Amino acid sequence: MSLALRRHTVLPGFGIALGFTLLYLSLIVLIPLSATFLKTFSLTWEAFWTAVTAPRVLASYRLTFGASFLAAGINAVFGLLVAWVLVRYRFPGKRIVDAFVDLPFALPTAVAGIALAAVYSTNGWIGSLFAPYGIKIAFTPLGVLVALTFIGLPFVVRTVQPVLEDLEPELEEAAATLGASRLQTFAKIVFPTLLPALLTGFALAFARAIGEYGSVIFIAGNLPMVSEITPLLIITKLEQYDYAGATALAVVMLLISFTLLLIINLLQWWARRRRAAP
Amino acid sequence: MTEAVLDPRFTLPVRTVEKATAEPRWVRLVLIGLALAFLGIFLFVPLAAVFYEALRKGVGVYWQAVIEPDALAAVRLTLLAAAISVPLNLVFGVAAAWAIAKFEFRGKNLLITLIDLPFSVSPVIAGLIFVLVFGLQGWFGEWLRDHDLKIIFAVPGIVLATIFVTFPFVARELIPLMQAQGTEEEEAAVVLGASGWQTLWRVTLPNVKWGLLYGVILSNARAMGEFGAVSVVSGHIRGLTNTLPLHVEILYNEYQFAAAFATASLLALLALVTLVLKVWVERRFAD
Repeated sequence: MSLALRRHTVLPGFGIALGFTLLYLSLIVLIPLSATFLKTFSLTWEAFWTAVTAPRVLASYRLTFGASFLAAGINAVFGLLVAWVLVRYRFPGKRIVDAFVDLPFALPTAVAGIALAAVYSTNGWIGSLFAPYGIKIAFTPLGVLVALTFIGLPFVVRTVQPVLEDLEPELEEAAATLGASRLQTFAKIVFPTLLPALLTGFALAFARAIGEYGSVIFIAGNLPMVSEITPLLIITKLEQYDYAGATALAVVMLLISFTLLLIINLLQWWARRRRAAP
Repeated sequence: MTEAVLDPRFTLPVRTVEKATAEPRWVRLVLIGLALAFLGIFLFVPLAAVFYEALRKGVGVYWQAVIEPDALAAVRLTLLAAAISVPLNLVFGVAAAWAIAKFEFRGKNLLITLIDLPFSVSPVIAGLIFVLVFGLQGWFGEWLRDHDLKIIFAVPGIVLATIFVTFPFVARELIPLMQAQGTEEEEAAVVLGASGWQTLWRVTLPNVKWGLLYGVILSNARAMGEFGAVSVVSGHIRGLTNTLPLHVEILYNEYQFAAAFATASLLALLALVTLVLKVWVERRFAD
């Protein structure tokens, strides 16, 4: 059926709906996005390569991708834990906790940024607990990690939760009657079923984190070579009217984001197949 | 028979099976404790800090920060950007979902992926692309300058960037919902003589109203809270091109912490309202 160009139908409005969709999509998304790629063509290959591999830029990649990867990892572990607790256990205030998981989606990133900076600075509520041990969180790369963990928090919970809810208890009961311990059942029955969703959540959190700007810049300290993320470097170059340099960095980030999008689509396809097949 | 079933000796095995698929009490308590501790240090404590810092210097300072003219101008611009971008993306979402869910055509999956694209673009890049198109060095830069039109560092740029970052919200809620509902009801309406618009208004939209509302709530929260994209195109002109999140940044960078957190608390309240509405709609959805 998908091969047929248009199934015969009595419903009107296909032309106008699709036409408007394509026009609006092109005007708002596709044409402006293509501007970044066209702009980089104004650079020679050497100039492009120099712009995207300068030491300060490389340092920003290391921080952006390293912190994003770690933050997504933290969220994979604790997101799985939160999803598990929300689906399997009962405790007072559970529904409120469940609703609050989406807070990072709803709270503007600038608000999250200044709040995290206040809480994790050396005289903040949490930062002051670490300060006596010589650990500074805000205004160091650790602060970037905290902000990116906050931003990615809902993704793993919200991808794992529905799969966990759909999990049939019979499988675990069978494992138990066959003599498996609770830990064995989790490792060999539950965890493999959750794995595609867990990886999808990880990838979504990672993809969100590498582009994040608002929550990070308030807590990062933004020292070149140390705590400067790539999106901030794009803005810095823009403010110096280095449009080509900013665009070159943007193209690198876009290519990485699109690759991640492809991986996420494959993971979701895998997860759907896993859920459909018993 | 009945007595045998009620006899505790016979109900005991059932309870042991239940226990075999549940963790011991101490494990449950430890896991719940760990999960709540994690959410506490990353969600609840920072949220509480916003209100604490906002009110630390007293209600007077708080009120001053909120009714200051620049703050009110920022509120107005934030509301304006949301009032333009949300309805536009709503119309787009309905059109895209109508085409995708009710008809078969080639390239449908590609179209769905393209609609989701703005979610995988960094907000900073979302702002940058409009600078490249409409900025002084951009494609239309000279033409706009000659005609005395300003898009970048002006309100239209802010609206455009907001439209871009909220682009997929309504469409991605509606497409799966309308696909799941099929086309029978619409076909019946058309066969009975309804026009296309009548079918849309009286059959399709009432069927998807909660999904629609859900998308609108999420896209409104993002529209009012967007920072990165808007920051690139705004130019940060106080009273003119400052949205609420940008106003928070300026106050914060000027070390006016109480005022910054007071303004931030308005946005935090918006986030809380969003969460409440979201739960409410989800519950209506489930019915």
